[in-house]
Amino acid sequence: MVKIMTQLMTEDGIRCDGRRLDELRNISIKVGVLKNADGSAYIEFGKNKILAGVFGPRDVHPKHMANQDSGILRCRYHMSPFSVTERKNPAPSRREIEISKVIKEALQPSVILKDYPRTVIDVFIEVLQADGGSRCAALDAASVALADAGIPMRDLVSACAAGKVADRIVLDVNNEEDQEGQADMPVALMPNVGKITLLQLDGMLKPEEFKTCMQTALVGCRKVYEVQRKALMEKYFQTGEQ
Amino acid sequence: MMDIKRRYVIPGDVIATGPLRPEQNVYQDGDRMISTCVGISEIFENSVKVIPLTGGYMPKTNDLVIGKVIGTSPLSWEFDINSCFVGFLPAQDVFGRDYSPTKDELKQRLDIGDLVATRIANFDRSRDPLLTVQDRDLGKIDAGELVEISPSKVPRLIGKRGSMIQTIEMATKAIITIGQNGWIVISCEDSEGLLKAVEAVKMIDALAHTPNLTERVKSMLGVTDGENNDTIND
Repeated sequence: MVKIMTQLMTEDGIRCDGRRLDELRNISIKVGVLKNADGSAYIEFGKNKILAGVFGPRDVHPKHMANQDSGILRCRYHMSPFSVTERKNPAPSRREIEISKVIKEALQPSVILKDYPRTVIDVFIEVLQADGGSRCAALDAASVALADAGIPMRDLVSACAAGKVADRIVLDVNNEEDQEGQADMPVALMPNVGKITLLQLDGMLKPEEFKTCMQTALVGCRKVYEVQRKALMEKYFQTGEQ
Repeated sequence: MMDIKRRYVIPGDVIATGPLRPEQNVYQDGDRMISTCVGISEIFENSVKVIPLTGGYMPKTNDLVIGKVIGTSPLSWEFDINSCFVGFLPAQDVFGRDYSPTKDELKQRLDIGDLVATRIANFDRSRDPLLTVQDRDLGKIDAGELVEISPSKVPRLIGKRGSMIQTIEMATKAIITIGQNGWIVISCEDSEGLLKAVEAVKMIDALAHTPNLTERVKSMLGVTDGENNDTIND
């Protein structure tokens, strides 16, 4: 175990991919990449490459799923067979079904579905290349795609993970750290409203470690928000801020 | 009157704080006015609103929309009105009160694929929009070119008191029917004028958020600045 830890991080806190403890991977977001979708976004989060498309509001099929009082949100997170080193079976796995569910539940508080009774908003997320923290990256892209589709939202949802690697709290856990590290905690935040919409924890943390981890993740979410904001501003107002 | 303050916003942006009334695309959280969509915010004396730059069409009573017949039932036509809701046009609206499903054939009047200028007679949360053709200028559209633009850009196409659309109509001699749902039918006897009008409409769709749009459209159409020079600066 000690041997692996030294590989994951040097003595002076430089991580296996050269980042500092509180450093995010490079993030870039492009808005409106799919012609046939009502809204779409493409995110590169480190080595993660993810497409998100939003369709709707539209008629619900099967009809019995429709809600007379409000719209419904459906979400599909899917990993392409070529997105990981070993070919992945394209059929939805247990993990993908779980992530679809948590992403749906993380987006739901931000989307104002009340305005669209008897309709559905479909969010499709396709992971083209996965490298740890793909659920956070997927959530970031999905949120931007929803805004691109013009669906009324209370706030964007920004997500970022934090974790514990080699006994230290780090921001934005990558694939190696996720596999070998001690804890991984994805957090999603609505930055302006100040509400957390996703909180998962895989691993073990002491109460004080949890607090630091949470603070670190929230700082990361706010940094991601700036990238999301810039991407939307670039698409709609070209110049960025007025 | 106070100056209208405009700003580019995305969902979650706080537009203003204080005792204001949230209008279109704004929601209130305590005393903060928060935008719910990507658009341009406007703060008036006692209210706030956001003009959206994206999004589908949400039916509103009294809107003129252009619909496409997608199906019939014994008592009504179903219309695609470029929205998440299907529009219904009751057969009685076209045939009159003595309509009888056994005697009259719906498809003789309006068949699947026909374009119709209609008005939304009634719409609320609990029911799909009810359409009507009982008004001047409404009914089946026989000729013209259909252009689809984003419904959020329709106000820009019309312009202040119809200035933009008048400019195009005068320059190209085309007759333009604008549906609030973003579907526009352009008819013109002169094919060159038709092409120019289509191009102008598409240009407004692409450049709706840029300033001095009227000027650009005018120069594209080759209109010299004369009597009609009120510009829109957003």
